[in-house]
Amino acid sequence: MASSDVARHPDKGVRPLSLAGHVGFDSLPDQLVNKSICQGFCFNILCIGETGIGKSTLMDTLFNTNFENFESSHFEPQVKLRAQTYDLQESNVRLRLTVVNTVGFGDQMNKQESYQPVVDYIDRQFESYLQEELKIKRSLHNYHDSRVHACLYFISPSGHSLKSLDLVTMKKLDSKVNIIPVIAKADTISKSELHKFKIKIMSELVSNGVQIYQFPLDDETVAKVNTTMNGHLPFAVVGSTEEVSVGNKMVKARQYPWGVVQVENENHCDFVKLREMLICVNMEDLREQTHTRHYELYRRCKLEEMGFKDTDPECKPVSLQQTYEAKRQEFLVELQKREDEMRQMFVQRVKEKEAELKDAERELQGRFEQLKRLHADEKAALEEKKRMFEDDQSSFSKRRAAAQLLQAQSLTANGKKDKDRKK
Amino acid sequence: MSEAVVPDALVSPAVGSMYGEKAGGPTVDFSYVGIDAILEQMRRKAMKQGFELNIMVVGQSGLGKSTLMNTLFKSKVSRKSVLATAQEKIPKTIEIKSISHDIEEKGVRMKLTVIDTPGFGDQINNENCWQPIMKFINDQYEAYLQEEININRKKRIPDSRVHCCIYFIPPTGHCLRPLDVEFMRRLSKVVNIVPVIAKADTLTLEERDFFKKKIREELRANGIDVYPQKEFDEDAEDRMINEKIREMIPFAVVGSDQEYQVNGRRLLGRKTKWGTIEVENIAHCEFAYLRDLLIRTHMQNIKDITSSIHYEMYRVRRLNENNTAVAHANGIPEHHLAAHEM
Repeated sequence: MASSDVARHPDKGVRPLSLAGHVGFDSLPDQLVNKSICQGFCFNILCIGETGIGKSTLMDTLFNTNFENFESSHFEPQVKLRAQTYDLQESNVRLRLTVVNTVGFGDQMNKQESYQPVVDYIDRQFESYLQEELKIKRSLHNYHDSRVHACLYFISPSGHSLKSLDLVTMKKLDSKVNIIPVIAKADTISKSELHKFKIKIMSELVSNGVQIYQFPLDDETVAKVNTTMNGHLPFAVVGSTEEVSVGNKMVKARQYPWGVVQVENENHCDFVKLREMLICVNMEDLREQTHTRHYELYRRCKLEEMGFKDTDPECKPVSLQQTYEAKRQEFLVELQKREDEMRQMFVQRVKEKEAELKDAERELQGRFEQLKRLHADEKAALEEKKRMFEDDQSSFSKRRAAAQLLQAQSLTANGKKDKDRKK
Repeated sequence: MSEAVVPDALVSPAVGSMYGEKAGGPTVDFSYVGIDAILEQMRRKAMKQGFELNIMVVGQSGLGKSTLMNTLFKSKVSRKSVLATAQEKIPKTIEIKSISHDIEEKGVRMKLTVIDTPGFGDQINNENCWQPIMKFINDQYEAYLQEEININRKKRIPDSRVHCCIYFIPPTGHCLRPLDVEFMRRLSKVVNIVPVIAKADTLTLEERDFFKKKIREELRANGIDVYPQKEFDEDAEDRMINEKIREMIPFAVVGSDQEYQVNGRRLLGRKTKWGTIEVENIAHCEFAYLRDLLIRTHMQNIKDITSSIHYEMYRVRRLNENNTAVAHANGIPEHHLAAHEM
């Protein structure tokens, strides 16, 4: 729903026209605002600072609620990020606020990699927005924007200068997010020390090339107040959710034996300035900078990294589709290669197995032949024996028959003899 | 505490009151966080950027399209096509002419583009007369899409997409003609169509009501969804407001850019022998309703439906057809991840 910047002076082809009466489109901003009220707003703050520096308390004080948070231990092995989302409402405006706190920042012995989880988190949010934007069926209007809009960097109130951890971290983050440095626990610094401290910090940031968020000066209505505030950076803040009675009012304050530090007293600390700049005046600009500057930079780098270009080597504009097609071809070729490899391996294995099986078969066949021969031999032997036995049997039966005959002959012969004797 | 530019000084109920009342005391001043100041910030940003609106008018020659545009925006946004010679009178094909103007009212600047379609419905054979128009609308979507998928893209993508198409129905008094039905059927799928009955001063009130009822029936019978579309109603309140509008479309309008004295006031109207038709009088014609719908109440909604529904549908179609044909834009999500894995 982008509308182009309507130039103050007519650009070519567009002539300005004066209206003869009241048309009514001056209600357009109201229509836009009403739509936004229905949709609700989204704001994500990232708080980076050492454990115990007062990040959660400041958030509570800023938004006047009690976000459930607990004290973290000082013994975290690595820096982690904890994000919590809340739905706030003030009059008719609904705000979905996400507060991301770093856990264990500055606690490790070796702090070289401390910034990495933070950078990764911010990149992850950009990545998921980019994914949603590149989808075919996308729903950008209902998308819960989780990109970090503002980063409050808590500087410990040493009174001297920035720590090297601070410089390194801020340098890594300045092109990814709007950094607003704040001096935490400012009630430990005296006024003169604070002034020197602020100057030192700003000069260190400038000399190290860290680009912190500058409040915008292009809109006349807020340019003046923004310029003043730009001069007060970094804001020295004190957070407190406890109330102390001062005079006849109850105010948010911290009570010491020597006095009461009032959070909302501009003479005591810059809390009110921070709240005004962060929420009342520049919230929309923070969101816009995140979207048009930091996110676009991320998107550009990411797409170029993936190999997409707007113009090819001959400086002809290459459409994204052509690049996708080229990539797709590459990818398919790669796939094909892998498939061929796998197929070859498979064929190889099959061959081996076949050879194995063939060997086994041959072996079995050999044994079978052997057994068969054995069996045939035995059978032949048995046959031989059987034949001999039958021979024996037949010769025996012949002899028996002969013997019987003889016996029968001898009997008749004896009988005849007897008869002969009798005669 | 220094107040930012906040519209009303009403102290809003404490944010903390979500969790229950704070214990006694006049703490109301200090519970104000300032979240609602974002409305003012948005308003300022919108005023600085300016707005854009692209309206297309479609209808046969002589139905009063240019006059209506001039009446709507109270200035000469369209030049009436009074052509010199007879040869030029009938264009051979439908032309698409787009003229832009910068207008301003009470600090709100708007770039208004009126897209005229001379020659529509004027030929003897009007088959496919919607094609050049469809092509134009799709070309605008295409230009926006190309800019959007660029790697180095502009901060504000220039929006030339047609937000609203006003279709002029000739006041026959009977029913819609096949040309009307065909055109509206095809185009209601790609753009918001607002049908109006042109030159409504030729119809009496009864004829007008009958005509409107007939038109609504025919639209329903043909499945034509004109603005405000039923399926895009967001909540009950929206639906109620839009139902009232749906009962009134198509608006019977009369256009005029000349002022006459009526009852001591100077009003826009058409003077005839039997009386003066006041354009902005709702007893005479429904111009005021059309103006309120288009400009005063639903302009943002029209633009939103164009960008979040019609444009997205075009984008899906376009990216999918590249999928099956040559380029493979669908592969981006998995492709994106696959590129990482590889």
